[in-house]
Amino acid sequence: MKSLLVVAGVVVAAFLTIAQFGTAGWSFPPIAAQQHGFRGTGMDQIQTKREAVALKDANQAPAPADPADAGGDKAGTTYQNVQVLKDLSTEQFNRVMTSMTEWVAPEQGCTYCHNTENMASDDLYQKKVARRMLQMTQYINTNWKEKHVNGSGVTCYTCHRGQPVPKNIWFENPGLTAKGLTQPRNNGQNMASPDVGLASLPYDTLTEYLGKKDVNENAIRVNATTALPEGKGKPIQEAEKTYGLMMHMSQSLGVNCTYCHNTRAISQWSQSTPQRTTAWYGIRMVRALNGDYLEPLKGTFPPNRLGPTGDVPKVGCGTCHNGQPKPLNGAHVIDAYPELAKATASAADAKPAPASPPADAPK
Amino acid sequence: MAMLSFERKYRVRGGTLVGGDLFDFWVGPFYVGFFGVTTLFFAILGTALIVYGAALGPTWNIWQINIAPPDLKYGLALAPLKEGGLWQIITFCAIGSFVSWALREVEICRKLGIGYHVPFAFGVAIFAYVSLVVIRPFLMGAWGYGFPYGILSHLDWVSNTGYQYLHFHYNPAHMLAVSFFFTTTFALSLHGSLILASTNPPKGETVKTPEHEDTYFRDTIGYSIGTLGIHRLGLFLALSAGFWSAVCIIISGPFWTRGWPEWWGWWLNLPVWR
Repeated sequence: MKSLLVVAGVVVAAFLTIAQFGTAGWSFPPIAAQQHGFRGTGMDQIQTKREAVALKDANQAPAPADPADAGGDKAGTTYQNVQVLKDLSTEQFNRVMTSMTEWVAPEQGCTYCHNTENMASDDLYQKKVARRMLQMTQYINTNWKEKHVNGSGVTCYTCHRGQPVPKNIWFENPGLTAKGLTQPRNNGQNMASPDVGLASLPYDTLTEYLGKKDVNENAIRVNATTALPEGKGKPIQEAEKTYGLMMHMSQSLGVNCTYCHNTRAISQWSQSTPQRTTAWYGIRMVRALNGDYLEPLKGTFPPNRLGPTGDVPKVGCGTCHNGQPKPLNGAHVIDAYPELAKATASAADAKPAPASPPADAPK
Repeated sequence: MAMLSFERKYRVRGGTLVGGDLFDFWVGPFYVGFFGVTTLFFAILGTALIVYGAALGPTWNIWQINIAPPDLKYGLALAPLKEGGLWQIITFCAIGSFVSWALREVEICRKLGIGYHVPFAFGVAIFAYVSLVVIRPFLMGAWGYGFPYGILSHLDWVSNTGYQYLHFHYNPAHMLAVSFFFTTTFALSLHGSLILASTNPPKGETVKTPEHEDTYFRDTIGYSIGTLGIHRLGLFLALSAGFWSAVCIIISGPFWTRGWPEWWGWWLNLPVWR
């Protein structure tokens, strides 16, 4: 009996050892040298040359559409119910529409958003969402130009990548929902969630830090600011939530902690890299996008587009970044689409309002 | 220097690996040998270069002196002296003196006709160092991945290098190494307390024998590994700790570039419960 157990144990151990060699996804040299701090500080980005090439290839920005004539009738007079881009010429407007189809719904085509019987109709929820997303794109390219997106800017493709629903969106994570004899309790952690890089860290950290607009400016900060405790500090659970958010950011950008931090003093700005400032604004930008642009679409989305708790799909760092420190290899995608880089009259004259929800939408 | 009564027994001629009789002599109580000379040469040269490096640097504060490896752009080539070249020569000297010392231990083992346990054990420690400053940098293609020589700077390097993989505690080899480190200290504490207890009996009692020690552990945990066995176990645990430490850093970078928590995806994706 005893030797049987030993044999069984050895067999299982051997199987698991072989399994991890084959399935864990090990990588191999050569490594692409990416130094990010003074020599010897260990502030390096770690990537094999193969991974770097594959990532670059997978994130090519599409060629922009040929420029269109700015003369002629305005789109707002040619077409009905044009709200955001009505000041473009008809040709320019059609160019943007064609590009949007390529960026968002290349397989579905115009009918993904439009009722072909009546292109002006707002029957389809996709059209209302798309209009709001146009405003969001303009908002990002204007209000967050200096602070976050800089010369690169964003277009629909930055997030959508030819998919109607961008790949890297997130929902509130309710965690354990199974009902048994006892109430399951895990303190919101230990679920190996992809949102926190499969760590045991709290898995719903994005809801708390990125989900809404008005988050306490010090919510993420957990490091003590004094050498000795001078009061009740933040509990370790808060530190783990912050760690969870940082996992999300690292995974989203395909970088490690040292891209922004010198981890000898993570909280100190004077020892951090300039990228940390960009990331700090990025957090604020994502909160604003979720709070002002996505949350108000709650009544517009059909239930099958909502998350497990009925929340709207939300933006995180990875939604644009898709595993790169600079989305689409840092291409200046906005250059060819200046109409998306300014808040056009119709969008600017009123505070951007969400598309009105359909009458039968659940409240 | 007077010789201890039993010392003559250990002053045996021969057993040298290199140099024949040339360096086969003692200075005071110390055996010299060819490798004693090379140890001394590399140790003095390396230390002098560290002092030179410190003199070039901005501080004499012992905690802050830092001799950093070259920038990654130099790859596996030689770097200018003041931009990491010093680190390269010091690394060469360090390995030279460590290996010389291990070979000197080998010569002493041969003189005494004992096993090579001591040089082998020291060899594992050298392997751990060499994996950090030679093997891993070589696999990653730049000396700049080595750690800097400085009391605080090398700790900062450890911190940043750990955070390159987001959460280093998920590194499976690091887990093994840490477990072995804890186990080796645990075993040493059990063994040390046993020896201290049995050799320091209460007034009026005699020093306890190994039979007594075995009985104590058989009574408390049902098993005693024995007087010889505990030393074999201790050696195994200590060397395993050092060995898996070396493995855990060699795989970080050359063979794994993402966060270590992600590595466990293979376990989550086992067909049994996927």
